[in-house]
Amino acid sequence: MQRHFDKDIEELKDLLLRMGAMVEDSIMQSIRSLLERDTALAQEVISNDDRIDQMELEIDRRTLELIAKMQPTAVDLRFVATVMKVTPELERIADLAQDVCERVIELNREPPLKAMVAIPRLAQDAQGMVRAALDALVRRDVSLARSVITQDDSVDQQTEQSFRELLTYMLEDPRNISRAIRLTFIGKYFERMADGATNICEMVVYLVEGKMIKHAYGTAHNR
Amino acid sequence: MTITIAMPSAPPGTAAVREIESGAAKISVRDFDFFYGSAQVLHGITLDIPDQQVTALIGPSGCGKTTFIRSINRMNDIIPEARAKGTITIDGRDIYAPGTDVVALRRRVGMVFQKSNPFPKSIFDNVAYGLRIGGLTDKRSLREHVEKSLIRAALWDEVKDRLDDSALALSGGQQQRLCIARALAVDPEILLMDEPASALDPTATTKIEELIWELKANYTIVIVTHNMQQAARVSDRTAFFMLGRVVEYSDTKTIFMNPKEKMTEDYVTGRFG
Repeated sequence: MQRHFDKDIEELKDLLLRMGAMVEDSIMQSIRSLLERDTALAQEVISNDDRIDQMELEIDRRTLELIAKMQPTAVDLRFVATVMKVTPELERIADLAQDVCERVIELNREPPLKAMVAIPRLAQDAQGMVRAALDALVRRDVSLARSVITQDDSVDQQTEQSFRELLTYMLEDPRNISRAIRLTFIGKYFERMADGATNICEMVVYLVEGKMIKHAYGTAHNR
Repeated sequence: MTITIAMPSAPPGTAAVREIESGAAKISVRDFDFFYGSAQVLHGITLDIPDQQVTALIGPSGCGKTTFIRSINRMNDIIPEARAKGTITIDGRDIYAPGTDVVALRRRVGMVFQKSNPFPKSIFDNVAYGLRIGGLTDKRSLREHVEKSLIRAALWDEVKDRLDDSALALSGGQQQRLCIARALAVDPEILLMDEPASALDPTATTKIEELIWELKANYTIVIVTHNMQQAARVSDRTAFFMLGRVVEYSDTKTIFMNPKEKMTEDYVTGRFG
């Protein structure tokens, strides 16, 4: 039976997807602005962040309205809970893309450092994880979600690797320090985007299976 | 960094987890069938209802939940051609065993109905009715019991100054609490409630729900309700009935957050039909 409620759920899902697409764009543009040293593009990402913030507020408003009016249960309840957890996660990822752009603008005031070492790959992996997390959410695809979660360790290792390489630049020549620190920040921002993707994927598992797997919660509670 | 441990999915269970995992079962139902003439309305009901908890029975109209709740104090006995098979035990004793004292059973297992049904007597006499039938004549003792029951039913403060007024002068919500007081007066162990708040306004409903919360410390409560949110609010365990069968019986939070059966999910989310 089609319920009036289904329309609300669909609309909420569409909004979340639109927000997800906007966040993906921000990440992509932040990477481009970094690789192409494009200050104007970086500024565009920063100014676009307001729209994403507005979207978060709109989704929050609708979610609360839906709870008040419909008192969702079972899969509907888990969907609403997922939206409430995923939305701030997306907003945070967008903020990180904005942070990347702020560092890019600062970096562009100086000549480029010889190489950005592991960062481009790290950035692309983080972007890929966010995209896959959103796909998993849309398709309610638990196996995709779980495979994204397993990639998180590799991103963590790459972040550590890029930090070590940047450290050698700093030791080599003190004039590299400010740029190398900024790049270290950037590496960290991408690593945190990947964490955000992981959190989204954990909610996909909750949505579909009703199991909370974060913080190893599953071991004791989901037998 | 987020540490994640992916758990293998739970082993596919039987159709429903019917047995309580912990705590004592006050009422144990095994392979219980019920017939009206040749029509079978309950099929192989098997579940354990725990002591001092609230168990809600939910399901679409005609699913057998009222027939089931009425089987627990043998109210269905009065219907001609009604017939039961299987067992229902209370504290380990089969209530359908030959020689069971049905009047004594109904004293242990009180019942409250959808529509409040006070007798056309005074408030006091309504509550004292079962006590008098039971042979209690001492006025002081009667008064004490009536007062205690009205306090337990959260009605005392509203009626203590007019115990001799007609019960029919009370509001709907008060009448329902009076019926609960009347049921409590004879010191039952189990309280069956068949949609006790469905005819009441939200304020009176809240009072009944609060009362159910308080009563469960001393009674085993089984409640039939069509109001899903009410089942979610007041009960510890929920059984979902469908076409005379128990589809799923579990902790209430599982039924409303993560039911195992598709049919349960469709019902509690209102997709059913």
